[in-house]
Amino acid sequence: MFRYYIDLALRSLKRTPVLTALMVMAIGIGIGASMTMITVLHVMTDDPMPGRSAQLYTPHLDPLPLDHKQGGDGPDPTDNLTWPDAMALLKAHRATRQAAMAGGSLLVRPGRTGLRPFYVDGRYATADFFAMFGMSFERGQGWSGADDEARARVVVLSDTLDRKLFGDADGIGQMVRMGDNDFRVIGVTADWSPKPMFYADASAQHYSDADEFFLPLSVAVDLKLQTNGNQSGWGKGDAGMSLTGAEMTWLQFWVQLDSPAKAEAYRQYLIDYSAQQKSLGRFQRPPTNAKLYSLMGWLAHENLVPNDVRLQLWLALGFLFVCMINIVALLLAKFLRRSGEISVRRALGAGRRDIFVQLGIESALIGVAGGALGLLVAQLGLWSIRQRPDDYAHLAQMDVPMLLGTLALAVAASVLAGLLPAWRACRVAPALQLKTM
Amino acid sequence: MTLPPILAALRKHKAGVLLIALQVALTLAIVCNAIFIIGQRVQRIHRPTGLQEDNLFMVTQSWVGAPTGDDQAATDKLDSMLRTDVAALRNLPDVESAVAINTMPLTNSTWSGGIGMKPDQEHSTAQAAYYFGDEQMLPTLGLRLIAGRNFTSAEIQHRAFRGTNEPVLVIITKALADKLFPDGNAVGKVIYVDGGKKPSTVVGVVERMQVPSVQSWANYFTWYSVLIPARLDAGFARYAIRAKPGRLQAAMREAPKALFAVDPMRVLDEGATYEDSSVHSFADIRANAYRADRGMAVLMGVICLILLCVTGAGIVGLTSFWVGQRHKQIGVRRALGARKIDILRYFQLENLMIAGVGAAVGVALAVGLNLLLMHFYEMDRMPVLYVLLGLVVVLALGQAAVFAPARRAANVPPVVATRSV
Repeated sequence: MFRYYIDLALRSLKRTPVLTALMVMAIGIGIGASMTMITVLHVMTDDPMPGRSAQLYTPHLDPLPLDHKQGGDGPDPTDNLTWPDAMALLKAHRATRQAAMAGGSLLVRPGRTGLRPFYVDGRYATADFFAMFGMSFERGQGWSGADDEARARVVVLSDTLDRKLFGDADGIGQMVRMGDNDFRVIGVTADWSPKPMFYADASAQHYSDADEFFLPLSVAVDLKLQTNGNQSGWGKGDAGMSLTGAEMTWLQFWVQLDSPAKAEAYRQYLIDYSAQQKSLGRFQRPPTNAKLYSLMGWLAHENLVPNDVRLQLWLALGFLFVCMINIVALLLAKFLRRSGEISVRRALGAGRRDIFVQLGIESALIGVAGGALGLLVAQLGLWSIRQRPDDYAHLAQMDVPMLLGTLALAVAASVLAGLLPAWRACRVAPALQLKTM
Repeated sequence: MTLPPILAALRKHKAGVLLIALQVALTLAIVCNAIFIIGQRVQRIHRPTGLQEDNLFMVTQSWVGAPTGDDQAATDKLDSMLRTDVAALRNLPDVESAVAINTMPLTNSTWSGGIGMKPDQEHSTAQAAYYFGDEQMLPTLGLRLIAGRNFTSAEIQHRAFRGTNEPVLVIITKALADKLFPDGNAVGKVIYVDGGKKPSTVVGVVERMQVPSVQSWANYFTWYSVLIPARLDAGFARYAIRAKPGRLQAAMREAPKALFAVDPMRVLDEGATYEDSSVHSFADIRANAYRADRGMAVLMGVICLILLCVTGAGIVGLTSFWVGQRHKQIGVRRALGARKIDILRYFQLENLMIAGVGAAVGVALAVGLNLLLMHFYEMDRMPVLYVLLGLVVVLALGQAAVFAPARRAANVPPVVATRSV
């Protein structure tokens, strides 16, 4: 029966080409617009560390004074940690792995002639950074905790930067002049830039930044290297903005906790630490203000998806809704026009349910055709988004789940749209129609 | 043309009527708000900064191996490097004037602080953006002085970038002057910047100067700027340069060359894209600042157009079907003496009624949608004009869409009435 219904549906669609074309176009445009924005939202909220994100957490403390007021849209100081807090958490070693980090921008003076000095972005981090985020090394390795303590002047480069500076030769063991200091290259990592760059500060370009070098944090602080990111101080005068002071937050901190029970234990440790700092007179706010965010929870808190993208998504969905109403009207017209043919089938013994299924399959066929058109429209839409100079623009690509989702959404939308018309059509009294034929 | 027959006929097609009315309502709601958004964005894109924008460009550069440290010796060395650069730029034949400045409007790089009326004021009276430059800042940027005077060269100081902000003299914008001193004449009065103790005297008022940021967080102080007579010394510098009329391209080529001739140890890229380049004309800065608004306006326009097409197509489709269904009825009417124009008018009036009902619901939806957008996306209240405009557009669309099927109906010959049931 299924093949028969498809045959019937194809014939009927061919008989009214204009109407069919209108319906396919309406579904196609509606689906195309919606899938474009849904794909953009999908890539922007995707898990940047599949397989690892469940074990990564970021702790946040509240060292602000009681009378501090968070002004308007300014950055929230509690998004980052102060130096004493970060070092205390690092030394306590309560998680499987922990690392403190901050972004930096340094002037590189290449040894090779013919290459002018240029700026690169990178990260100042502690030893556990590489293992915790599962970075793979092409050559060499990261530094150890002892190197952190000893303030060793070492650097790990990304593959791109290594090639730029040393070409095909091995960069391991060479010296690089960064900032105004020389560093020895001890490792080269494969290029890695998770999107969004979840471990970066709130001021970063989360979807397009990439770290090209990694330096020990202690060295960066010692040499007063330039940092990127928000530095929020609440102390009085110049002492309030000291990098190692207790009244300025600028460090990001991530830990690896292998089970929810360990996460709960770590959360309790943060509260205990805050209570201890409060009793020492450093913290003023309640210890329960201390928080532990999971990776996806942190991304949700940061709200990286710009309002414009959300607005465009709702607009696209509203657009789809109007297109669907259009389809309902057109399908109603189409099905009711065939009352005569339907009555003949009813007279020959088809029940109301059979007619309903037949018309439902016709709607689904329109959905399939509309879905194919919608895919083309969505590709066009995504291409136009890739031309925008936005942070996330280059991510606007369709992957296989989104592709299948497009077709599924198109078929679902048109079947849904066809429900009312099919129900109305199968309730037409056959006798009356047969008399007029 | 009486209404009851039309209404009676429509009662038989309730579903279709409802669907068209709903489509019209939703289209009206979306089109009204979309046109409003377009209007808002276009207004934002075209608002003047207060600067004379033609022949103006900006160079951003940083020195390699410059002295670091916050001590006076390092600051003085950086200051002499800065002054050498500015002198070299001012000597160029294509350049009218140049100034070392910390930022410019529309660059999205804002340094702002609270302005108070009393020393050590806790909650500032207004927020303002700071522009640091010497006495050439006003002529280079082309700002209009409406009260008081410009700085003199003797009043210019210099200090390290991260030093404390305690200017002795300032120039403020008219908007800020009106906010701080509502009863006029801000010149000679005293303000306190950054909640500090030291007073700053207002020596002049410029008509208009926008803050660097175009993002929504700066909306509440977009026209409040404070100009401070100081050079900021750091390892990098920005130069605002006014080229002689018509010599903008030549000046933009010569400026980097002149700077490299003074000191080759600097980073100054002439890259291919906006982000990689260190030399930007103000037109480029403006285009870059408002590209999101432009994109939004274009998107809204495209959506409006497509939505109107889709609704139009839907009306055409459904009305064609009705015409087909009422073939006999039209034939009977024609046989009884109706002219073609009467049939045409009948269908157009019917469409007007349905679209009218839909539009009435649509007006309510449009206002509701606007309130929603105001709440979630910080939009402004939509003026009635846009609703009326949307109403006219949607009704016209309905009439245009029904014309073709109505004409087909009008061409039904009266002989159809004689054919058997």
